[in-house]
Amino acid sequence: MSDFTMPSLGADMERGTVLEWLVAPGDVVHKGDPMAVVDTSKAAVEVETFADGVVVDLVVRVGSEVPVGTVLAHLGPVGAAAPAPAPEPAPEPEPTPEPAEVAAQEPAATTGHQPVVHSPLARRRARELGVDLASVAGTGPGGEITREDVEAAAPAAPPTPSTVPEAAPATTPAARGAGRPRVTPYARKLAREMGVDPAAVTPHDGETVRASDVRAAAIAAPAPAAQAPPPPAPPPGAPPPTGAPRPTAAATRAQTMRETIARLMARSKREIPHYYLTTTVDLTDALAWMREQNAGLPIAERLVPAALLLRATALATARHPALNGFWVDDAFVPGSGVHLGVAVSLRGGGLVAPAIHDADRLTVTETMAAMRDLVTRARAGRLRGSEMADPTLTVTNLGEQGVESVYGVIYPPQVALVGFGRVVERPWSVDGLLGVRPLTTLTLAADHRATDGFTGGRFLATIDDLLQHPEEL
Amino acid sequence: MSTPTTRPTADAAREAVQAAVRHVVPDADFDYVDDDTPLRGEFELDSLDFLGFAETLASRTGVPIAEADYPRLATMATCVAFLTGARDGT
Amino acid sequence: MTATMVKTTYREALREAIREALQRDERVFLMGEDVGAYGGCFGVSLGLLEDFGPERIRDTPLSESAFVGAGIGAAIGGLRPIVEVMTVNFSLLALDQIMNTAASLQHMSGGQYAVPLVIRMTTGAGRQLAAQHSHSLEGWYAHIPGLRIVTPATLEDARGMLWTALEDPDPVLVFEHGSLYNLAGEIAADAGPVDLDHAAVRRPGDDLTLITYGGTLGRTLEAAEELAGAGVSAEVVDLRTLRPLDDATYLGSVTRTHRAVIVDEGWRSGSLSAELSARITEQAFYDLDAPVERVCTEEVPIPYAQHLEEEALPQVRDIVAAAHRTLGEQP
Repeated sequence: MSDFTMPSLGADMERGTVLEWLVAPGDVVHKGDPMAVVDTSKAAVEVETFADGVVVDLVVRVGSEVPVGTVLAHLGPVGAAAPAPAPEPAPEPEPTPEPAEVAAQEPAATTGHQPVVHSPLARRRARELGVDLASVAGTGPGGEITREDVEAAAPAAPPTPSTVPEAAPATTPAARGAGRPRVTPYARKLAREMGVDPAAVTPHDGETVRASDVRAAAIAAPAPAAQAPPPPAPPPGAPPPTGAPRPTAAATRAQTMRETIARLMARSKREIPHYYLTTTVDLTDALAWMREQNAGLPIAERLVPAALLLRATALATARHPALNGFWVDDAFVPGSGVHLGVAVSLRGGGLVAPAIHDADRLTVTETMAAMRDLVTRARAGRLRGSEMADPTLTVTNLGEQGVESVYGVIYPPQVALVGFGRVVERPWSVDGLLGVRPLTTLTLAADHRATDGFTGGRFLATIDDLLQHPEEL
Repeated sequence: MSTPTTRPTADAAREAVQAAVRHVVPDADFDYVDDDTPLRGEFELDSLDFLGFAETLASRTGVPIAEADYPRLATMATCVAFLTGARDGT
Repeated sequence: MTATMVKTTYREALREAIREALQRDERVFLMGEDVGAYGGCFGVSLGLLEDFGPERIRDTPLSESAFVGAGIGAAIGGLRPIVEVMTVNFSLLALDQIMNTAASLQHMSGGQYAVPLVIRMTTGAGRQLAAQHSHSLEGWYAHIPGLRIVTPATLEDARGMLWTALEDPDPVLVFEHGSLYNLAGEIAADAGPVDLDHAAVRRPGDDLTLITYGGTLGRTLEAAEELAGAGVSAEVVDLRTLRPLDDATYLGSVTRTHRAVIVDEGWRSGSLSAELSARITEQAFYDLDAPVERVCTEEVPIPYAQHLEEEALPQVRDIVAAAHRTLGEQP
């Protein structure tokens, strides 16, 4: 059994609302599958499971707002038969009336092995130790599982917090308190500096939140702020149960979004010594090549200039890894791949910058498709947590809204932001002759702690160079 | 997509333009948009929105839209003219 | 500094330091049990009697209290005595002189009488000398205001600490770990006096700080090497001086690595390692990413039997395991 819990999708996220369940009891899910749509107060985000398994039951009803860490659903072992249909989840998550019964019976249903447990002590120890009773061989009379059997079957590590809620109603912070991991003093300090809630950080050893866990959490959920999207649309078909967002929620959310943006951008400008570089890029060849590509294509498959710019940026980023990653704890931490954050403006205000993962490994066509998909889902409020979480460098194409250049504010803890201005036709000297050329102003805002202008300059020159040879993109 | 045997009427073209804009901007309000207002500016269409707009327009009207035709989709008036083939004299 | 290196041992380096002091300052003399004709219990003063004569290389009766007291008197009287005590265990017989007189006189005389005395003694276990010759009590001495406690762990410090200690107007106790005398290596031909004020980073690292001194420096460096093999970058700080402690160096390191393992051959309770741990939590609490770990000697009188003695003392595996614990990992 494992728990699917309300994740922390941002440094400031304390609670989230389940907008929609994408799975039902009995569904087989695999790591990475979207389980639910969660409203973080800034975005509707599809939340993925980190474990394989069969959905045993849905604990939290659509519309319920619960604290981060709350168990939303239980997952049983993969390959197991679906359990009997679970009753409609309670409107508000409540302590499971008899958790011991649940723990004892569900695995039986999934494995065919009916554990014999009469001892409340054995049940209690199983809960405390996170032991699946169905996997325990009983040595007592008639195969009864004894306390010793449970303890013998217990993993060496003490129960992790994620197993505790199975026994304890995990829906309130107070209830979670008992199993809350410890936080080292340094991790606590770091968490404060990085704007991470240490209580929402998962310790890698299951016991103690250390600095590395905080950094991982900060990188995994780098401030949602600048990406504040508008209020998500109400989930289709969702009954308006008690606890559903009230009409005033939108205003509150907008306010929260503004505050978060304020905090994050202030932090960026306070902490990050930005330097700015600019270069003008002649897009004649790139656009000509694009039109050539588009000529035979249906509209849906046609490229837009942004796809070429993104592609060139992704390739350049891969060649200049010093700009791809995060500044954490006085040191540069390289990104695990080129995950380009794409600034997407949303109707009704707001901005999200979800990531195109491994953008340097995509073709132009794939980049275009990824971008379209991302933008479409961003505007539909259907981004996935992983996309929100981990861009390693952000690109803004504010030029599409008409401005000629954009000097961005770096998205902490990233170390660079690339901006493309509007494509304008201007007189431009080529080989001694004046011509009218489509030009764009390419800008870089970069963190001077992580790189120097020399690196940034070479990076921009690389993008320019790539755009002069579009056929190689 | 085959070449249409018939071009849409001006009214149908107008309706198709509104539908195509609403495809990307669901709450688009045309009440205060006159025929010569640039659509991209009015509805804040970025290049992807415009692509979606053109795609919807083409599929609804059956009029093929080449990339070179994009400039002719600037306002309601130019859209209608383009879709009805007014400039082509048909 | 020239690059000429010469081979030497810890023992020879100590001897050269004494020889240099005897040559440079006629007020300097060496006294202790068997330091003359026998050449010192651990052979440090071998040959010095022949070169400097019995006035300056003086054998003493077997009475630590008497000859340490005589050394204190000589220091007050204007000489610069080097007193050798055979082992730290035996120094307890002179503890009254060391603490009640040497460490206190400057204070009790209102600054009129300084005690520029150097006491050298052997400390530590590992040579099957059993419980009366093997203990590590330098941490006790580091408790006493008025003393400076130094623990040369390298050839350079064996060669260079003595002269600086003799220059100090207050009593300085030099603890030579018995396992180090045969330590061999190269040293600059012109190696000379070194400072007694700073701890030294013997190996830089980023992931955790191993704090040690004296006889356990070697094993700690070995542990750091083993940790490097496991991808853990350990910084090794050699305290060098146990009183006064150079807080800036080891706290600076811990503040950077956020994890500390203290390796001390002394017993754990009420020890130097306890003092270090306390200072780290007092001054670097908010930079700690794991509880401070201590690797100390088992709290037993040092056993004679070899396997038991090994078991009682801090070993490389113990240091490595403690390091992994601070990282929240299984070794």
